[in-house]
Amino acid sequence: MNTRTARPRLRRLPLNIAAAVTVVVCLFPVYWMIATAFKPSKDIQSSDPRLFPHTWTLDHFERAVDADGFALFWRNSILVTLGAVLLALLVALGAAFAVARMRWKGRRQFMLMVFIAQMAPWESLIIPVYIISRDTDMLDRLPTLTLIYFMITLPFTIVVLRGFIGTIPPELEEAAQVDGCTRTGAFWRVAMPLLAPGLMATSLFGFITAWNEFAYANFLIIKQQDNRTLPVWLSSFQNTFGTDWGATMAASTLFALPALVIFLLLQRHVTSGFAAGAVKG
Amino acid sequence: MPVVDRRTPAPRTPRQRPAPRRAVRKAPPRRQGSGRAHGLWPYALIAPSIGGMLCLLGYPLVRAVLISFQDFRLRQLISGEADFVGLRNYRTLLADPRFWEVVGRTFLFMAINVVLIMVIATLVALMVERLRRVGRTVVLCSLVLAWAMPVVAATTVFQWLFHSEFGIVNWALTSLGLGSFERYPWFADGTAAFAILVTLIVWQSVPFAAITLYSALTTVPLELYESARLDGAGAGRIFRSVTFPMLRPIFLLVFSLEVIWTFKAFVQIWVMTRGGPGDATTILPVYAVQTALSSQRYDLGSAASMITVVLMSGVLVLHFRQMFRQEDETR
Repeated sequence: MNTRTARPRLRRLPLNIAAAVTVVVCLFPVYWMIATAFKPSKDIQSSDPRLFPHTWTLDHFERAVDADGFALFWRNSILVTLGAVLLALLVALGAAFAVARMRWKGRRQFMLMVFIAQMAPWESLIIPVYIISRDTDMLDRLPTLTLIYFMITLPFTIVVLRGFIGTIPPELEEAAQVDGCTRTGAFWRVAMPLLAPGLMATSLFGFITAWNEFAYANFLIIKQQDNRTLPVWLSSFQNTFGTDWGATMAASTLFALPALVIFLLLQRHVTSGFAAGAVKG
Repeated sequence: MPVVDRRTPAPRTPRQRPAPRRAVRKAPPRRQGSGRAHGLWPYALIAPSIGGMLCLLGYPLVRAVLISFQDFRLRQLISGEADFVGLRNYRTLLADPRFWEVVGRTFLFMAINVVLIMVIATLVALMVERLRRVGRTVVLCSLVLAWAMPVVAATTVFQWLFHSEFGIVNWALTSLGLGSFERYPWFADGTAAFAILVTLIVWQSVPFAAITLYSALTTVPLELYESARLDGAGAGRIFRSVTFPMLRPIFLLVFSLEVIWTFKAFVQIWVMTRGGPGDATTILPVYAVQTALSSQRYDLGSAASMITVVLMSGVLVLHFRQMFRQEDETR
């Protein structure tokens, strides 16, 4: 009896150890960031780092929030990100509706274009975008970033919204139309409420992509330091905090928090794989 | 994205079928639209997207190609006029041994990353499938958290983990008796910096690959495993003959995505090492930006970017073929 229950447990031991190792490896950097942010400075700069902080302090967060420009960069990030996501949502909604519900010549070609745009080599376009924005006097301005982020998130938004609209039976809208709704009215009153969760999830993923973007924010905002965004500010933490790792980790925590929370909230979507290709980092 | 949560393979639907008349619309093809004449509406709806793609993606790409054929330095940037010099920039690049070193390093970086990501992600996915419910939820949650970590934040944290004086990694290695790691300056040594970047990128990429592969694994019918087991196949044999063939399309998709995303490592490299020490972590996109923005050779930088795009497009073609095969199956 005893051996019979013990044996499967023993046989599952390597599996459970592997699972534990995976969890630790995944979570340790995240944990260490948060733990360092809460530790008093003397514990951070000690030759014997403690895995679990004994005393907790909010000093580092205070220093990070009070640091030069934190509020300003936070506002910039929010403005740019929200602008890009809303614009992408609006534009993508029309395109997704056309692709999912209407038949027209060139539909397949359009989707091919969207898929190609989704894989666009943005890392290789930094130079021409820099030169173009310089020529058109768009350098150092937030709307430039908004437009770029809009374009980065647009293809994914179209692809996902097309999928969501496809799952709503057109018969529902047709019924509304029979009852006297216009086509647009039917879409807004019948399809939109059903679409809301999908729109929410899609825009949150777009939000994260734009929130995290670094390369363009770094190279397009050069002279006007007031227009920088959070990722660029964080990457230059050594200028702001010197060797103050507590404040740096507090700033990282504050920056990472929205993304971590959104991912956990959307966990169901994330693990179903619908975000494939959407969010990288 | 429909690519991943695909349904069971359905026979291909013929794309051009006669539009059903309104009266007999009892069984319209799924998601094919109502077949009514829509006139110009769909084109009006996609016009903003097309406009955006042309202005914000097409134009920069064309401009990059043009600049790569021009003599374009700081003077031309200010005056706004540049002369065409044909293939001179490409010739200069291809004759530069440093450029070839960078190309070689890019492929090495890509190969190490992709192999590590694919192997680890497959193992994690297989492991998650075998776990019980609670364990599975815990592992999936931690994968999601690692995935959610913003690139710049993760890069900063890794700099702190590998800090020479107070970093936890050096502390752990020293405590394990490896005294030589006391105050070991990780970012001063080329190979060490390269290894840290690989670790960082693998750490960030495995969650996505593992979760995608896991969700594909759950679509494999259990009967297949049972019958294979009845036939006496071992775990390795089952993976080779059942799991892998069933998941081949998803494997290929994840593989090509990971290859393409290697070039996105630009951000991690730029934040952490800027390509240094020396040239040890300079891969193609980093090289292009360095050449263009640091030494003001916009022409050479653009040429390097275009070579990068050509190299990538090979993988892209593979990716799109796979993608459209899936599209046809799911729609």
